[in-house]
Amino acid sequence: MRARLIQGNEACVEGAITAGCRFFAGYPITPSSEIAELMSLKLPELGGVFIQMEDEIASISAIIGASLTGKKAMTATSGPGFSLMQENIGFASITETPVVIVNVQRGGPSTGRPTSPSQGDVMQARWGTHGDHPVVVYCPTSVQETFELTVESFNTAEMLRVPVILLSDEVIAHMRERFVPPENIRVIDRKRPSGGDYIPFADDGSGVPPMADFGSGYRYHVTGLIHDETGFPSEDPEVQRKLLERLMNKTERYRDEITFVDEYHTEDMDICVISYGSSFRSSIHAVNELRKKGVKVGCLKLKTLWPFPGEKVKEVGETVKKIVVPELNFGQIGDEVRKYTHIPVIGVNRYDGNLMRPEEIKNAILEGVN
Amino acid sequence: MIDRYEMRLAGSGGQGLILAGVILAEAAVLDGKNAVQSQSYGAASRGGASMSEVIISDGEILYPKALNPDLFLAMTQQAFDHYSADVKDDGLIVVDSELVKDTSGVDSEVIGIPIIHIARNLGKVIVANIVAIGIITSLTGLIDKKTVEQAVLARVPKGTEKLNRSALNAGFEAGDKEVNG
Repeated sequence: MRARLIQGNEACVEGAITAGCRFFAGYPITPSSEIAELMSLKLPELGGVFIQMEDEIASISAIIGASLTGKKAMTATSGPGFSLMQENIGFASITETPVVIVNVQRGGPSTGRPTSPSQGDVMQARWGTHGDHPVVVYCPTSVQETFELTVESFNTAEMLRVPVILLSDEVIAHMRERFVPPENIRVIDRKRPSGGDYIPFADDGSGVPPMADFGSGYRYHVTGLIHDETGFPSEDPEVQRKLLERLMNKTERYRDEITFVDEYHTEDMDICVISYGSSFRSSIHAVNELRKKGVKVGCLKLKTLWPFPGEKVKEVGETVKKIVVPELNFGQIGDEVRKYTHIPVIGVNRYDGNLMRPEEIKNAILEGVN
Repeated sequence: MIDRYEMRLAGSGGQGLILAGVILAEAAVLDGKNAVQSQSYGAASRGGASMSEVIISDGEILYPKALNPDLFLAMTQQAFDHYSADVKDDGLIVVDSELVKDTSGVDSEVIGIPIIHIARNLGKVIVANIVAIGIITSLTGLIDKKTVEQAVLARVPKGTEKLNRSALNAGFEAGDKEVNG
C-alpha cells in the first residue's frame, strides 16, 4: 500500500471504520473535531450513522444505545466533554456495553488550553466514573499507532464487553506523518447468543456473557443498578459480589491479550525510561541519542495504560538502578510506577502546554550518572 | 541521506503557512521520504500568530517538533523576533523583505525576498504561501520540483491550478536566483 501523509485524528477514523464502526455520535471539540468531521463524511457513504448531538452526555448515551442494537459505536471528545461522559462510562461498564470513547487530551482543568497538548486525563480515564469498574485505556504515540490502537479499542470492547478509551493528545492527533495501512488486520466481533433460552448476564465460563442485539428477537432488561443474571435489579449481597467480581476480573483474566508494551534497548539497560503518548516521542529521541554516547538506557513504551502493566514495571525495577517517567502532567503514571518498585522513580513533568524537549529527559537520565 | 532537516514557517493566521507545511510534507512523502508536519495556533484562527513545522528525514522521525530549525521562514516581524534565535547557526532564514525590516541579531544567513509582493503581482496575495513553497524548494534542494508541483496541485481548489502553478514557478525562480547568486 502507498504511504500517505495523514493526521492522527484521520488515522483514528480510518482505524474505526476498518474495525467495523458504523455509528458515531459526538459533539465536536478541539483537538478532536477532525474525527467528527471525517466521520460525518465517511459513515453515510458506508450505510452508517453519524449524529451531531446536543452535548457529550447525549453523545455517549447514543453510542451505548447503538451498541445495544449490535452496532460498533464510537464517540470522540476532549477533556471538558470527557468529564461530562463519566457517568455513562460507568453505565457502559455495568451493562457490559462495548463502546469506544476517544479522548484527545488538551490542557486542563476545565476548558483549559484547547489547542495545546496535555496528558492530564490519565487517572480520569481510569477512575473518572464512580465505583469500581473495568475499563481499558490505550494510548498511541504516532499516527500509525493511532490507527492500530483504534482497531484494538474496538476489538477489546467487543471481546470483553467493556468501554475502551483511546487516550490520544493534541500532538499525536494533529500532527501529520507518514501512514501505511497495515495488512491482515484482525477484527473481533462480539459473541452473540446461539438460540435457546437466553439469560443475558449468565457467565458461560468465559467471564463475558454472549450479547444479543436489541431488535433481533431476544428480550432483556438493561439497568445501571446491580442486577442478577436476568438483568433485573437485585439487592442480594451475593449477587452483587459475584457481579462485581466477574466485571472486575474481565480485564485481569484477559490481561495478556489487551496489554501492549514495546521495549527499546532494554537488554542491557541500567536506566529505564517509562513513557507513553506524545512524550514517548521526546523520550525515545533522548534515549537513542544517549545510547550513541554509550549510556545504558532503555525505554518501555506503554501502549496500554489501563490495566496498568505493573508486572512489567516490577520486572524492570529488579534489574535497573533508576526509572525516569516523562509526562505532560504532575506525575500521574509516575505514582503508579512507584507502586510496583522501590528503586528511585524520577518524574520529568511539564504542564505549560508544550511538548517536552528531549534535553529535559536526557538531563533526568544523566542525573547522578558519571 | 537526510538525517533530520527541520523547517519552521511562521507568520500570522490566514497567510496559509499551515497549508504550506502540509504541502511540503506531502511532497516529501511522495518523494519516498519520511515527514512529520505539525502546527501551533491559538484558539482564533485568523490574524493571530501561526506557526507550522515540517521535519524531513530518510530515516525515522522520533521527536516530532523542530528543535533547532535548519530553515526558518518569517512572514511577520513578530514571527522573526520570536523564533529567529532558535535557528541553527549554519541554518537559513528567509523573510518577507517588505514585512520583516529588522533582521539584526542573528548568526544565520538571512535572505529577504518580497514574497507577498510577488504574489500580489501574480494577481492574488493569497498565493504567497505557494510562492514560499517554491522558494523553500529551490533553496533547500531536498525535494524534487516536479513532486512539489504535484503536491501543490493536489491541495489547491479546482480552477486555481494555473494561478498556483505560476506562483510556484515564481517561487522556484526567486529561490534559484538566490542559490545561483
